Amino acid sequence: MLIRIALAAALVAVGVSAVVAQQDPIAARKALMKLNGQHGAALSKILKGEEPFDAAKVEAGFAQWADTAAKFSALFPDSSKTGETRAAAAIWTDRAGFDAAVAKFAKDVADNRAKAATLDGLKAAMPIIGKNCSDCHQAFRNPS
Amino acid sequence: MLRKLVILGVAAGVLGLGLFWFLTIPATVPANALAPRTPDLANGKTMFYAGGCISCHAVNKDEPTRLGGGLGLKSPFGTFYVPNISPDPKDGIGGWTEAQFVTAMTKGTSPDGAHYFPAFPYTSYQRIAFDDLRDLFAHIKALPAVQGRVRGHDVPFPFNVRRSLGGWKLLFLDGEKFKPDPSKSAAWNRGAYLVNGPGHCAECHSPRNILGGIVTSQRFAGGPNPEGEGWVPNITQKGLGKWSEKDIAYLLETGSTPDGDSVGGAMAPVIRNTSQLSQDDRAAMAMYLKSLPPVDDPPRPKKQEAK
Repeated sequence: MLIRIALAAALVAVGVSAVVAQQDPIAARKALMKLNGQHGAALSKILKGEEPFDAAKVEAGFAQWADTAAKFSALFPDSSKTGETRAAAAIWTDRAGFDAAVAKFAKDVADNRAKAATLDGLKAAMPIIGKNCSDCHQAFRNPS
Repeated sequence: MLRKLVILGVAAGVLGLGLFWFLTIPATVPANALAPRTPDLANGKTMFYAGGCISCHAVNKDEPTRLGGGLGLKSPFGTFYVPNISPDPKDGIGGWTEAQFVTAMTKGTSPDGAHYFPAFPYTSYQRIAFDDLRDLFAHIKALPAVQGRVRGHDVPFPFNVRRSLGGWKLLFLDGEKFKPDPSKSAAWNRGAYLVNGPGHCAECHSPRNILGGIVTSQRFAGGPNPEGEGWVPNITQKGLGKWSEKDIAYLLETGSTPDGDSVGGAMAPVIRNTSQLSQDDRAAMAMYLKSLPPVDDPPRPKKQEAK
């Protein structure tokens, strides 16, 4: 019974987030990006030596990024070109390029997820992940 | 009487033109200012990345050592097309002498004696020590030659009158080298040198006046993006007050801000350069930037940009 309720709740949650995404893709993608950044900042603190290595934080970060990569392309329908967004026109004029960039992000996250389970591994993995962030922001995000 | 006036007027005009001509003669560095010396290629590489050469001159971001140019830089004065500075003897700078290279970098004068437009940031590069420039030249000469001459600039009258840039230089090119501050540490001075000289950070992170010169009192306080839309952030302590030196150095290494954003736009190519510097050099730049007193942002235009 408990399991059923949990399942039902999970399904509702998935359904709700899908609806939210459909209704307001700009808000949905902004929320994902914000989470990506929060996890990135947490791992940056480890790399800066401000916080001790924590494998759970690393895994949470990679899980978040994998989730973003899986959802991201669908959050840029034609209807979401304008509004409170820094999404660049290139996303729609070069859709194949944008989708390829998201796919590369997904692949780099998947390929480095296990490797990042140690401090040295994380040090090696973060520049690879981060390159996706900066390359994509350069090509597909407008300046503030 | 009238005749005398006319003669006087013409004479004044000729004198004025002569004076203008004299004052706007493109300056050069003579070859005999450079004593024989063996270049330090490792230092040349450091200067190459500190100078951010690839941001504008590389043919694309994935081929950072192919300096064939071609990028179009939009500005309020027209579009500048970045030249080929690969060592190709015909289309690049393979045929240049050291003195011609040092002249270009510090005086903004081409080998054929014309003024360069200040889209080429020689107002910053003039601060670079001659030895560092010579090492940089040696590094560039060792990179692959790329064929292909880049098209001319698309700059309308009157900005296309290159001679008038001599007047611009009188106002904005002071000819000074970097002067270390003896009251500060060696690391701070190294940072100040890298930021103000090769790094040319102020070229984008400062507002410009209507003549296109940096507003000295608001240096590093940010301003409109010289390449078009958007705003370049304030990097004095007004803007970076909450950042630690480590945060700044980490940004220069990875492109990540303390709140987890990853910088894009024109800063992404900058990071591709600064990420190649040593930890010590990035830390020095961070130390210097952290010491910049807070300066208020220049006023922003009201939201009027079309989406």
